[in-house]
Amino acid sequence: MQSSSTSSTDSGLRDETRLRIVRRQRIQDFLFHKVTLSFSLVVLVALIGILISLAMVAWPAFKKFGIDFIWTVQWDIVNEDFGAAIAIFGTVASATIAVLIAVPLSFGIALFLTETCPTWLRRPLGTAIELLAAVPSIIYGMFGLFVFAPLFAEYGQPALQSTLGQMPIIAPLFGGAMNGIGILAAGLILAFMILPFIAAVMRDVFEIVPPILRESAYGVGCTTWEVVRHIVLPYAQQGVIGGIMLGLGRALGETMAVTFVIGNSQRISASLFSPGSSIASTLANEFGEAADLHLSTLFALGLLLFLITFVVLALAKILIIRTERGKGLQT
Amino acid sequence: MKNLIQKLAVAAGTLALAVSAQAADITGAGATFPFPIYAKWAEAYKKSTNVGLNYQSIGSSGGIRQIRAKTVTFGGTDAPLSGEELEKDGLVQFPTVLGGVVPIINLDGFKPGELRVTGEVLAEMFMGTIAKWNDPKIAALNPGKKLPDMNITVAHRADGSGTTFIFTAYLSEVSPDWRAKVGKAAAVKWPAATSIGGRGNEGVAANVSRIKGSIGYVEYAYAKKNNIPHLQMRNRDGRFVDPDDKTFAAAAAGADWFSVPGMGISLVNQRGAESWPITGATFVLMYRNPDNRAASNEVLKFFEWSFRNGKDMALELDYVPLPDALTKAIMSKVWSQIAR
Repeated sequence: MQSSSTSSTDSGLRDETRLRIVRRQRIQDFLFHKVTLSFSLVVLVALIGILISLAMVAWPAFKKFGIDFIWTVQWDIVNEDFGAAIAIFGTVASATIAVLIAVPLSFGIALFLTETCPTWLRRPLGTAIELLAAVPSIIYGMFGLFVFAPLFAEYGQPALQSTLGQMPIIAPLFGGAMNGIGILAAGLILAFMILPFIAAVMRDVFEIVPPILRESAYGVGCTTWEVVRHIVLPYAQQGVIGGIMLGLGRALGETMAVTFVIGNSQRISASLFSPGSSIASTLANEFGEAADLHLSTLFALGLLLFLITFVVLALAKILIIRTERGKGLQT
Repeated sequence: MKNLIQKLAVAAGTLALAVSAQAADITGAGATFPFPIYAKWAEAYKKSTNVGLNYQSIGSSGGIRQIRAKTVTFGGTDAPLSGEELEKDGLVQFPTVLGGVVPIINLDGFKPGELRVTGEVLAEMFMGTIAKWNDPKIAALNPGKKLPDMNITVAHRADGSGTTFIFTAYLSEVSPDWRAKVGKAAAVKWPAATSIGGRGNEGVAANVSRIKGSIGYVEYAYAKKNNIPHLQMRNRDGRFVDPDDKTFAAAAAGADWFSVPGMGISLVNQRGAESWPITGATFVLMYRNPDNRAASNEVLKFFEWSFRNGKDMALELDYVPLPDALTKAIMSKVWSQIAR
C-alpha cells in the first residue's frame, strides 16, 4: 500500500483510481480484521459464559458447604451432604496413572518412528497411531469393561499383587479385592486413550528438528541415544511438554470410558484396585436424577474440574516459559 | 436462569427429534423404567391413530423438573410426589404400569431361585454387615446348600434410578438399620466396603455376571432376558416366592391406591401369600389446568388407549398392566380433575 501511495508520478486520473483501490483495500483489511477478531472473541465469550453460568448454578453448593467442600470426603445424596474430595482424588489419581504409563510409551513410539524405523514401516505405523486417536471413547469403555477388565482381574491383578503388592511401602496400593475394574483399570484405559495424542505430537515435533543438527551430531560420532538426548529432546522440548499436557487434559476430562471401568463407588481407598469415581463420571452418572442442592453440587464439581484443567495448563505454560528462559532463548 | 437453561436444553432436544415427527405429537419426559413399554405403546398407537409420542427418558427427577417447567405435557416418575407437592404445583398423579426389581447373584452352583433370603438378610448383605456367602444367617435359610467361603461384592446402580428407589424403599421398609443409615432415594450412599457401581440395568447385570460372589439388583426383565440367577425372597406373609408377572400382580392386588393423595402408595413388602416383595409402580404427572388443553387431552387419549389395548404388550416386556378396576377408577376419579 505504501508503495502505491509514494509512486504518484502518473496522471491525476490514474491517481484517483489508485486511491480508490487503496481505500477499498483498506476497508477490506479493516473489515477482515474486525471479522476475524469477532470470531476469536466468540471463543473468549463462550469460555467466560460457561464459567459464569457454571458458577451461578454452583453457587448454592458453595454457599452451603464453603471452601471445605473441596476436601470433604462425603457423598450422601439422601441427606444432601456433599464433598468433592472423592471425585477429585479419583480424577487426579486415574489421570496421573495414565500419564505415567502413556508418556514413556509415547516417547518410545515417537523415537522409533522418527529415528530408527525403516522407511516402509513409517507410514502404516503412523497411520495406525492416528487411527487409535480416532476411536470414540465409548468404544474404549466397552472394550475396558467387557474385554480388558475380566482379563485384568484374571491375570493382571494377581500378577501385580504377587510382585509389587509384596514390596514395602507401596504394598497397600495393590491390595484388596481383584474385580478388574477400579482406579488402576481406569488409569490403564486412559493411558491407551491419550497415548496416540502424545505420540503423534511427539513424532511431529521430533520430525521438525533440522536434519543438519541431527546429521552433524551423527557426524561427530554420537550414538542414536546421544542424538536424541542432547539434540532432539532439547530442540523439541516445548512440543513434548505441550503433547503431554494435551494428553493430561484429555485424561482429566474423559467421561464415558472412565465411567465404564472406574467402578463408580463414592469412596477413597488406599488400594488402586478398589473402585472409585472421577468428577466426570459422577457428573455423567448423576445428572439424570439430580435436583436442588444435588444438582448445584454437580455444577460445583464441574466448575472444579474446569479449574483443575486450567491450573494444569497454566503450570505447563509456566514450565515452558521457565525452561526457555533457562536456555536463554527468545520465544 | 436455571429454568431458562433447562428449557433451552429440552427445547433443543425435542427440536432435534421433532423434525421428523408431526406437530401433534405428544411430549413427555421422565423415568427410564417405563420407557420400553411407553415406546412400544406409542408405536402401536401411532399405527392406529397417527399420533406419535415423544418420550424422553431422562430420569424421574428430570421428569418432575420438566413438568414443573412446563416444557412437556406429562412427566414420568418412579418416586411418587406427595399430596402436598402435587397440590402446590396443581398437578395430578396416576400410575401407568407395574414392575418388579429382583436381586441377582453370581455364585457357582446356584441356578435361578435356588438361594433364598429374607429382606433383613438382603439388607445386611447390601449393608456389608454380612460380608461372606457362608454367613450363618444365609446358611440358616438354605439348609442343605453348600455355600462358599467367599466375599460378597455388592453391585449397584451408579446413575440415579427408579429401580434403585424401589429397591432401597424395600430395604428401608424391612430394615430399621438401613432406614436410619442409608434411606431410600434414586441414588444412595452405598455402605458396603466392596460395592461397585454400574451404569444402567445393563451395567449392573454386566458386573454381576462377571464378578464371582457378587450380588446386585435389576429390573426383572434384565435378569430374565440374560438368564442371571435371581434370589428367592421371603415376603411379608412368610412365603418364599420367585419373581414373575403373577407375583408382581399379587403384590398390587391388595393395594389401596386411593389411601394416599396422588395414589403414591408404596408397593414394597405388601401382604399376600403370592406377592413379590420388591414391586413398584411408575407414575405420570399432569397439570389440573393445562395451558394447552388439546395436548393434555391427547395424553389422556393415549393412556386410555394403552390401558385398553396395551396389556399384552406390557406382559411381553415383563411389565404388569394395571387391573381393569384400577384403570377405570383412574379415568373416573383422577382424570376428571383435569380440565378438558
